[in-house]
Amino acid sequence: MIEIDGLTKRYGDKAAVDGLSFVVEPGVVTGFLGPNGAGKSTTMRMIAGLDRPTSGTVRVNGKHYPGCAAPMAELGILLDARSVHPGLSARNNLLALARTAGIGRRRVDEVIELAGLAEVTGARAGGFSLGMGQRLGVAAALLGRPQTVVLDEPVNGLDPDGVRWIRQLLKSLAEEGRTVFLSSHLMSEMAQTATRLVILGRGKLIAETSVDDFIGRAEAGDVLVRTPEAVSLSRALAGPGVTVTSDGSGVLRVSGVTAEQIGTAAWRAHLPVFELTPAQASLEEAFMQVTRDSVEYHAGATR
Amino acid sequence: MSAGLGPAPAAPMTTVARPVTQARVVRSEWTKLRGLRSTWCSALAAVMLIVGVGAGFAGGKPYRVSPGHPAVTAVSVSLFGILIAQLVIGVLGVLVFSGEYGTGMIRASLAVVPSRLPVLWAKLAAVAGLVLPVTLLAAVADFFVATAIQSARGGTAIALTDPGVLRTVIGASLYLTAAAVIGVGLGGLLKKTAAGISAFAALFLVAPVVATYLPHSIAAIAPYLPSSAGGALWGQPLVAHPLGPWAGFAVLCGYAVLLTGLAAWRLRRRDA
Repeated sequence: MIEIDGLTKRYGDKAAVDGLSFVVEPGVVTGFLGPNGAGKSTTMRMIAGLDRPTSGTVRVNGKHYPGCAAPMAELGILLDARSVHPGLSARNNLLALARTAGIGRRRVDEVIELAGLAEVTGARAGGFSLGMGQRLGVAAALLGRPQTVVLDEPVNGLDPDGVRWIRQLLKSLAEEGRTVFLSSHLMSEMAQTATRLVILGRGKLIAETSVDDFIGRAEAGDVLVRTPEAVSLSRALAGPGVTVTSDGSGVLRVSGVTAEQIGTAAWRAHLPVFELTPAQASLEEAFMQVTRDSVEYHAGATR
Repeated sequence: MSAGLGPAPAAPMTTVARPVTQARVVRSEWTKLRGLRSTWCSALAAVMLIVGVGAGFAGGKPYRVSPGHPAVTAVSVSLFGILIAQLVIGVLGVLVFSGEYGTGMIRASLAVVPSRLPVLWAKLAAVAGLVLPVTLLAAVADFFVATAIQSARGGTAIALTDPGVLRTVIGASLYLTAAAVIGVGLGGLLKKTAAGISAFAALFLVAPVVATYLPHSIAAIAPYLPSSAGGALWGQPLVAHPLGPWAGFAVLCGYAVLLTGLAAWRLRRRDA
């Protein structure tokens, strides 16, 4: 569990994180969303005790992290893929961290295997691609089997196989009862991995919600419908608050009704529908919308 | 953990991590130091410089011990390579911190040791634990190589038991170890490799030279600069030593303590 209370970090006049309070519960994957510069990484560095808060507190598993006797049992963290020594081999990078907690070579070999790095353990980390560096960073975060795992942009630079691996890994960690907190600015990726969401904009909390609620809100957005009867279907859907636009290729973009309502309407009117897709982009649009609002609000407040 | 891409089949909430102890952090730092190619290149370069320069000087005019020319002076001259080797050793020390700040590894290192200071002490222990035996080996090898060449050329045979000789040979190693510690302190304080190396070179090589050109009142500090003061222990032949060997070494250690203290303060207080 991560408990953040009134957390603020100022650099001079600028507040990178501003009065942030939220709780990350164990047993579920919690996504940390926000545009670049929203303060996600700063918050994560404060969780790990790397940056000192200007004010406010962070507790990891109910404890003050820098005071923990066995830090690697409490928290595993990936800050960015470049937090490794390029002159050290993958194994030595992991072993150096493991040694601080009396973790032996066997566990190091386990996480190497787990991260799919078995073939490059002896290679110097400096020659790794971004994706390999990312796998090494995730392996490092898992070394101590920590109760809480914090990953900053773990899917950056990963191939589709790696993205799937991270997704399954995080879900299984959460199923074991661990706390899993990961940041991303990719809303669509987050929707597939996370259960809970913490959304940040300009250093302030915008929303602490479940992915389902957030998607529910977003799904009130556009639906794409492919049909040979575009004109008839448009007529069938017409109603207050409903807009239908067409790009002329037989695909309609409908807003104001859900996919279920469109499907039902088409069935009632005996109109064939080949494809019915809640526009994936609308998730990101919803995310953009809430974060944009916060930015405007913030700018207004300082004026 | 058989499947390369499978999820972690860990038992619920088990951990393998034990409490952080100073000894464990030392092992961690030794793993890093040992795993870097630059460490062994520096160590080898230092040994070759000390022994090589010593052998070269021994090939010069045969040295005859007399009341005005003690045996220990010949040994000090044969250790002249230290003046270059100290730079290599200083760089080794600087890199221990600046290498981690430059690559971002420092964040991983401090995240697993959030109390931070054990990392500094461990780095000092690892570096000193490498530099002390390696430079002692170099100084002893230098002594035997140089005296063998000198005897063969007709110089007086010098033994380790001659007055001050053993102190000079061991002192060479202690001097270089203190230099490495100062390098670690500078690396931790300045964080950047280039800044650390420049500061080390300025302190150990440039300052003693510049000091001699300064007005007399300021030039009086020259014997108290790190390389001059510490040089008293191994009899660095370039400067006059108003301080005794151990007093001079104490002054050098004072610099090491001061810089380590500043590095500790910085490590503790600042964001990583």
